[in-house]
Amino acid sequence: MHKQGRRKYIGRFWLAGVFGFFYLPLLFLITFSFNSTRQDSVFTGFSLRWYLALLNDNRLVDGFFLSFNVALLSATLATVLATLAAFALVRFGQFKGRTLFNAMLSSPLVMPEVIIGLSLLLLFVGMERMMGWPERGALTIILGHALLGMAYACVVIQSRLKEMDRSIEEAALDLGCKPYQVFFLVTLPNMSQALVAAWLLTFTLSFDDVVISEFLAGPGVTTLPQVIFSYARRGVNPSIYAAATLLMVVVTLAVVIYGIHTARQQRRAAVRPED
Amino acid sequence: MLGIPWFWLLLFFAVPFLILLRISVTDMGEGLDPFAPLVQMDAGRATLHLKFANYLSLLIDPESGWGQTLYIESYVLSVKYAFWTTVLCLFFGYPFAYFLARSAPSVRPLLLLMVMLPFWTSFLLRVYAWKGILADQGLINHLLMWLGLIQEPVQLLYNDVSMLVGMTYVYLPFMVLPLYANLVKLDDRLLEAAQDLGATPWKSFWMITVPMSRSGIVAGSILVFIPCLGEFVIPSLLGGAENLMIGRVVWDEMFSSNNWPRASALSVVMIVGIVVPLAWYNQRLARKVEQESS
Repeated sequence: MHKQGRRKYIGRFWLAGVFGFFYLPLLFLITFSFNSTRQDSVFTGFSLRWYLALLNDNRLVDGFFLSFNVALLSATLATVLATLAAFALVRFGQFKGRTLFNAMLSSPLVMPEVIIGLSLLLLFVGMERMMGWPERGALTIILGHALLGMAYACVVIQSRLKEMDRSIEEAALDLGCKPYQVFFLVTLPNMSQALVAAWLLTFTLSFDDVVISEFLAGPGVTTLPQVIFSYARRGVNPSIYAAATLLMVVVTLAVVIYGIHTARQQRRAAVRPED
Repeated sequence: MLGIPWFWLLLFFAVPFLILLRISVTDMGEGLDPFAPLVQMDAGRATLHLKFANYLSLLIDPESGWGQTLYIESYVLSVKYAFWTTVLCLFFGYPFAYFLARSAPSVRPLLLLMVMLPFWTSFLLRVYAWKGILADQGLINHLLMWLGLIQEPVQLLYNDVSMLVGMTYVYLPFMVLPLYANLVKLDDRLLEAAQDLGATPWKSFWMITVPMSRSGIVAGSILVFIPCLGEFVIPSLLGGAENLMIGRVVWDEMFSSNNWPRASALSVVMIVGIVVPLAWYNQRLARKVEQESS
């Protein structure tokens, strides 16, 4: 009995320690974003000056909007492409070149981002020379993020497609639906949760990415992570802490709302199991 | 429907890789050209110019000789950091995942969410926070001095300490999640049987739990080791001049030395070093699954 109690104690201690490690930087960012001086080891008093400084920092504000738009577009592009690719892999059986297709699709998962960035940069430079397009900027970043995001999105969508019951699609076909109707009216709504999850995942990947953007951005185009990265290399800037705190609030809210939403849906499904 | 993703992958994955290969076997260009053309017209005849000098220059330094180059050094360093990060993640992550899997089922979803939540906040910002925590005038040094354990600040930033703390911090969830998924499935009856047969908890942990979770250990280690190898942001923010990793070297060759062919050659070597072992592992895994199912 005594030994069992001790083991429980060790377990709690270990969990608390690692969680402390996980959350120490986040607490640090939040605390010192409200500090009244540039100090980041002693809390000298509460103030909102870094939030004001953040709002007046055009580079950070512009970077935020650029990142947001880039993430919006690249997540959408990646999700659409990943849906097509996942369909091909799950439904088309052993089509020609499947191994190559699969290898190309999933390579970005294991490839260092530096290499993805470099090889795409070489492509875009070559294309620009040959046909004067595309100029490096938001578009090239979107394409780069979509390539990376597609690999992750495909994993999520593929696993949903594999477990989906095909008999409802067959039933729709039997009842006279055309194949495209089946796709849009039966298949897509049935995998909507996976699509949302994939889109959110690729959105955060894009919104957070600095390496690919560093390679593919042109002059005058800097995403929020790029601005943060350049500030961070220069030293302490509590405006960044303020930006981090705001981002954390948004993400936490989004996760909580999403969690409540899915929990409610599950409960509803449990109440009406015949649905 | 298959055409669109095919076209996309060929254009944005295959073609860039071929360009990378092609540039890696050419000379640096003359004047403004970043690299020389592969096919040159000599006196009306087209000739193919393949140069493997870039690959050779990764191995040989004109002054210090074989194997004494910056590139090899940074490769070795990258492997070293990736290895120690994996070891640290396993050391802290395994017991963590174990206790997580053994916690009451009612609190498990909440605890899992708490593992994922920092994951959803910007990676860059979390790394940046460590800079403030580990600095000479930072949180930890202040705390240690306040406790009277040290008189002067200890250097924690821009060295191996900050590199390993940062990398372990970022990649620990990648170790914890596959381990948890594995450990939570462990059949309690096996441990009860071991106990009935007289095994101590410690013994049954090492002889049952650990061997049963081997696939989780391997998956987690790969998920940590591989991205660590090519890490770019952490050495840039938390590393000093000596903590040179290969991703950073590729960047410097490309943008500081403007040596596109060498940057390409470095990348090709990096791809071979990562993709070949992974393909081997995948094949082994597939064979194992086949054996088990038959």
